[in-house]
Amino acid sequence: MTQPDAQQQPMQDMTGAKALWATLAAHGVSTVFGYPGGAIMPVYDALTFYPEVRHVLTRHEQGAVHAAEGWAKATGEIGVCIATSGPGATNLVTGLADAMMDNVPLLAITGNVARHLMGTDAFQEADITGITLPITKHNYVVTDPDELPMIVAEAIRIARSGRPGPVLVDIPKDVQLAAFGGELVRPQAHPETPAPRPEVIRAARELLLGAKKPVLMVGGGAQGAAREITEFARAWQLPTITTLMGLGAFPASDPLWLGMPGMHGSVAANHAISQADVLIGFGLRFDDRVTGRVKDFAPQAQVIHVDLDAAEIGKIVRTHLPVRSDAAHAARALTEDAVPFDLPEWRAQLAEWRTRGEHPTTWGAAQAVRQVVARLRPDDILTTDVGQHQMLAAQLARFEKPRRWLTSGGLGTMGFGFPAGLGAAMAEPGVRSIVIAGDGGFQMTAQELATLTKYDIRNVKICIINNSYLGMVRQWQELFHEKRYSEVYLGDSNPDFLKLADAYNIKGWRAENSGDLESAIDAWLSHDGSGLLEVVVPNEHGVFPMVPAGAALYEMIETEPLKTAPHKAPDLGEKMNVVAEEQEARQ
Amino acid sequence: MTSPVQPVPDHLVSALVRDEPRVLTRITSLFGRRGYNIKSLSVGTTEMPGVSRMTFVVSGERGVVEQAMKQLDKLHDVVKIIDHSLEKYVDRELVLVKVRVENSERRIEIRQMAEDFRARIVDVGRHALTFEVTGDEGKITAFIEQMRPFGILETMRTGRIALTRGSNADIASHIYHDGQTETLEPVYSSAPREGKAREVNNLF
Repeated sequence: MTQPDAQQQPMQDMTGAKALWATLAAHGVSTVFGYPGGAIMPVYDALTFYPEVRHVLTRHEQGAVHAAEGWAKATGEIGVCIATSGPGATNLVTGLADAMMDNVPLLAITGNVARHLMGTDAFQEADITGITLPITKHNYVVTDPDELPMIVAEAIRIARSGRPGPVLVDIPKDVQLAAFGGELVRPQAHPETPAPRPEVIRAARELLLGAKKPVLMVGGGAQGAAREITEFARAWQLPTITTLMGLGAFPASDPLWLGMPGMHGSVAANHAISQADVLIGFGLRFDDRVTGRVKDFAPQAQVIHVDLDAAEIGKIVRTHLPVRSDAAHAARALTEDAVPFDLPEWRAQLAEWRTRGEHPTTWGAAQAVRQVVARLRPDDILTTDVGQHQMLAAQLARFEKPRRWLTSGGLGTMGFGFPAGLGAAMAEPGVRSIVIAGDGGFQMTAQELATLTKYDIRNVKICIINNSYLGMVRQWQELFHEKRYSEVYLGDSNPDFLKLADAYNIKGWRAENSGDLESAIDAWLSHDGSGLLEVVVPNEHGVFPMVPAGAALYEMIETEPLKTAPHKAPDLGEKMNVVAEEQEARQ
Repeated sequence: MTSPVQPVPDHLVSALVRDEPRVLTRITSLFGRRGYNIKSLSVGTTEMPGVSRMTFVVSGERGVVEQAMKQLDKLHDVVKIIDHSLEKYVDRELVLVKVRVENSERRIEIRQMAEDFRARIVDVGRHALTFEVTGDEGKITAFIEQMRPFGILETMRTGRIALTRGSNADIASHIYHDGQTETLEPVYSSAPREGKAREVNNLF
């Protein structure tokens, strides 16, 4: 059957729903992820007239929103997801909160009950704009069908501009059905991003020139400015740290790279921050997982903080020089007249720290993750869930390019990795999208295996690190709760992951010891099509280095305490008190 | 270490906001979830259709209030934030105070006191008088304190409202753009908002 061409849709047949698709198509939206339902049916009906937009039917709205996030994170373009009213819309909530925390440009379209039913507790009615108010950059209820294109265009602009984020557009069913008498609109221009004032750049340069122990910290806000940041760092010969969200914004192969900071950061990064006399940060928000105890974060440093969002500057860390700017503009301005640092003592110190914090070489999750990430090609996308496997991947993977590492950083969403990897794989069918997940998180969105099959997606490689536990919670219970392993054991009821994959027609491999691992990885990666590799590992390993919550970065535990020693968590009682005190102090 | 408890200072902040559904919810929800303390909030329309003005009294240390203003400024519906501590302003508050009248002697005393404050009687009851007082916070607080011994039955305050002094006009300079009002008139403005939002609080 041939579909009528959207551009030739006679205006008299236009409805709100058709105007929505026409607007999305005009904005270059080629793929949307969604799940239909009663209150969004007119939109799905109108979809059949717009073959230029591909709709991907997931098996759960959470899968759709994470897939849209994966698409957006990999491409930097807007990700779009659609759900019906009520439960469909509320199933998007986790993904919207995730996108808000990690600044993912996302457009969520939800159906709602007809206007005259709104506020009457109608079937499948939920106040989704009220619910998502704190977890979206902005949201709308469309009350006039003629305004739909304007609202969608504005929503896309808001989502993508400045500090990106999710925007939700809620469309009552009768607005979708109504005759459209408005005008279709063109995409709105991207507003200019703020550039730094020359005197601020001069001041930053002065601070840098006087530094004896300088450090550059790069966050997720610099993913779009990787080239400029790299040039800046190299021009000054600045030792460079990339945060969890910033991984890939500076090439890991560069000898200036010190790794990731924070709770599971590298010894070099955490000590460098603690000793630095000038710390310049680009596009980061000094999350508590990065800073450790705030009052002892970079205690000797003059902090220069470059961020697009004025509200982030000085929010957590005292800032000596605030630079409100787009990362690329500021990096370019600071690269001019760079004077490369020649600080042999600082370098020698950094080099010594870099040798510390080794992972165990015995069979376990670290070995499995190391071997998987060792096979990554520079273009490969790596996504993760949240927990031990995520921190190991962040510690061990070496990214050369931005937007290749997609992880849930701010919200820490279990179940993110697989659907996000799926969305990224659809955005870039030519590259491998490697998903590392735990046995816990994978089961939160495992039903999306059906989506792999349905669309014959051939470039998603799932690796489940199966330690039969919610490993990170277990690690905290071991360290902070005297080994009371409360409700973290999954091993008695985990499915046979290979059978699960097989049930969806996905090929699977399993490795249970280091001898099996290499050949299993080879088979898994070389298989022509998506595949699932389950690596069965023991549960006793933790992730180290580790900065206990409430401790300073320099108080990190560098390597895993010996299991044979009687259990004694170093100073943790005291550190837990510190947490309580900090919390009190904040109140 | 014991230090005397410092009173938390009040800050007077105004915001120009688009008249959009839920704009008040957005703002109060933001204050609530980030733990900022609103002491009073008054909202009213302005001379510009589609634009409302809000005046907040926010209590907190300077840094906290600055953070609150920056977060507020990120809301799409917020057009401009005016930090009144940065410029001279006039502020007023209106309060209705219902005072118990025990007997005619008291009535005379109360009316005398009210006259000193230039408070207007807006309702007369057999056992109560209701006054309207307008003024700055100091005057209103003083009036209430003076009335307290007679027995205050109930009060209602509007919360403070403020405008900058002189000929500076927040709306004219920031919303009328290039002599035109088009930046706000279409509710879904096509003009980029980022960047031209507000300069007052941009310290960088």
